Amino acid sequence: MAKKVALLQGNTACALGAVYAGCTFFGGYPITPSTEVAEVMSEELPKVGGKFIQMEDEIAAMASVIGASLTGAKTLTATSGPGVSLKQELIGYACIAETPCVIINVMRGGPSTGMPTGPGQSDVMQARWGTHGDHAAIAVAPASCQEIFSETVRAFNLAEKYRMPVQVLYDEIVGHMRERIEFPEPGELEVIDRAAPTCSPEDYKPYDAKSDTDVPPLAAFGSEYRFHVTGLNKAADGFPTTKASLVDFEERRQIAKVECPEARADIESNEEYLCDDADVIILAYGSTSRSARYAVNELRAEGIKAGLFRPITLWPFPEKRVAELGKQVKAIVLPEMNLGQMIFEVERIVKNDCKLAGVHRVDGEPINPGQIIDQVKEVI
Amino acid sequence: MAYDYEKSIRPGKLPHIWCPGCGHGIVMKGLIRAMDTCGLEKNNTAIVSGIGCASRLPGYMDFCTLHTAHGRAAAFATGVKMAKPEMNVIVCGGDGDGTAIGGNHFIHACRRNIDMTYVLLNNHIYGMTGGQFSPCTPTGAKASTTPYGNPDPIFDISKLAIGAGATFVARTTAFHATQIDKLIAEGIKHKGMSVIEVVDDCPTTYGRRNKFRSVVDMMKVLKDTAVPVAAASKMTAEQLEGKILTGVLYQEDKPEYCAQYKQVIARAQG
Amino acid sequence: MSAKAEIEIIERYCKGCAICAEFCPTKVLEMDAFVVKVANADACIACNQCELRCPDFAIKVHKL
Repeated sequence: MAKKVALLQGNTACALGAVYAGCTFFGGYPITPSTEVAEVMSEELPKVGGKFIQMEDEIAAMASVIGASLTGAKTLTATSGPGVSLKQELIGYACIAETPCVIINVMRGGPSTGMPTGPGQSDVMQARWGTHGDHAAIAVAPASCQEIFSETVRAFNLAEKYRMPVQVLYDEIVGHMRERIEFPEPGELEVIDRAAPTCSPEDYKPYDAKSDTDVPPLAAFGSEYRFHVTGLNKAADGFPTTKASLVDFEERRQIAKVECPEARADIESNEEYLCDDADVIILAYGSTSRSARYAVNELRAEGIKAGLFRPITLWPFPEKRVAELGKQVKAIVLPEMNLGQMIFEVERIVKNDCKLAGVHRVDGEPINPGQIIDQVKEVI
Repeated sequence: MAYDYEKSIRPGKLPHIWCPGCGHGIVMKGLIRAMDTCGLEKNNTAIVSGIGCASRLPGYMDFCTLHTAHGRAAAFATGVKMAKPEMNVIVCGGDGDGTAIGGNHFIHACRRNIDMTYVLLNNHIYGMTGGQFSPCTPTGAKASTTPYGNPDPIFDISKLAIGAGATFVARTTAFHATQIDKLIAEGIKHKGMSVIEVVDDCPTTYGRRNKFRSVVDMMKVLKDTAVPVAAASKMTAEQLEGKILTGVLYQEDKPEYCAQYKQVIARAQG
Repeated sequence: MSAKAEIEIIERYCKGCAICAEFCPTKVLEMDAFVVKVANADACIACNQCELRCPDFAIKVHKL
């Protein structure tokens, strides 16, 4: 049987991906250029018995999503840079309380209101370090409408598996672009559901980690399990503690659960295009990677051995592979629609192993292949 | 036999953190009796709070409890209730938490008329941070950030709730202990957003700055300034000067939010 | 006059605020340094006011 296909906007693909992943609750607030995600969710969720609520502000939207998640629902909110700035308080809450949820950030420029209808990639560091305090972060960056669908599904899987907020970052270009989408059949993409506790309700502790990288199961409010949730540093039983050893263990575990080698191998996802023999790598993510791929083809036609390395998972950053590539190639060129964010992460990793040059734009226009080609030629 | 509060409290959690004479414990006892009266099941009841002294209340209660971020309790609670409407949802917190940083969430929860019971402990001050003035600190009063007297007018929480659309609004004081559980129980039974404002005392950070000699003095003021609504209707404006009205201040039957959304689902599913 | 109730004080919980003693209509309770004590047990009329107003869960009134 032929697959169902449609011509869809990225934001629509995102909402349909969320429903595919089993999302049953959306709490949102309107903001350009993400609003279509909310609009489609308001239409689709009640059809499957799910709940859509438009809250009074971005913070409330994030709060509703965490509250709903604690009842066992898979939950989503969608916003853009300024909205994420507002949500940061409660993204931190979801981190420390280890509550799964997915946050869509359809990136625009900034700071502040900036250019709401123009694309940007200025929230890469916000996704990593936006909320205060030490914490892990998972963020993925799809580059096409099809990939928005599948990465949204994967974001839900990662949120449920690692019990934390996961951010999906794509810019206005991919969000508003229309492309052909093939809908996966049910069961075709992996869908991970939240692990249920196996102990008796009397013995249940919401943060009862078996190791320093463990993700303990989260019970649902309204089940036979009863527990306490707080944003304070807490012990295994969920109640506040100021005991140094317990605080230290929990703080480190909540980072290690994402950054230990096993978790990184599971979470990281990269695309490599003609990297094997490359002398120069264009490292690009999101819509910019589309210009980068074009540039690679043009450069190859001219006899320059260029390759594209595209992190699909932005956080945790693919440190190991980027370090290897840094040793292999003469130069890395990194185009991004900001004045330098990921490039500093790459600089930290490759050090002086190869040359590193950026292509940056913050004028609301996409980076075109010609700009990337020029920079590559200049560097090599 | 004396009333058994401890069946509702998590083992080993008492004594609580509240200061000597703080009325929050009196309100918590009232809440326990009210929940008991209404037969709320532990596994099917969420108690949600924000940040502050009053927001520490859920930690003691042997229910599904959620101690959120400053001001955000009503918004978290809305998520819980929407996702699982069969759960009973109680929100509790203080005046600064609920009407300053959380003011927007408070009024919109009222506007939606979502079925939850918000117990707002109004002790006129930010206690946990050491006594800064709140939107409910009386004009002229001293707080750590109003050393020359408070220039701000106050929020009347109950009027705010009524104006915003809550369909059950009541007020009492920490002195009127038996009224606390009666009003909270009525609020729980009411289908829609109920707000029960309990005017409370903070001897540590409010009382000592505002010439109250003791906790008992503060309790006497609560006793003397409270006027039941029925009695107030026979009093002149002059007689009511400086008084607080107690009892059920407003009640109305209106469509409840989750019930409304159930109809949305029915329409979507054709 | 005989007591209508037996008042149990949980001293460990009492923070000595004195609300109970002050508002007891028959002056059954008294403050003893930082905790309350039953000073006049026979006068208790089992009104339960002390228990209701104890913020610290430190008083139990057992009706006889």
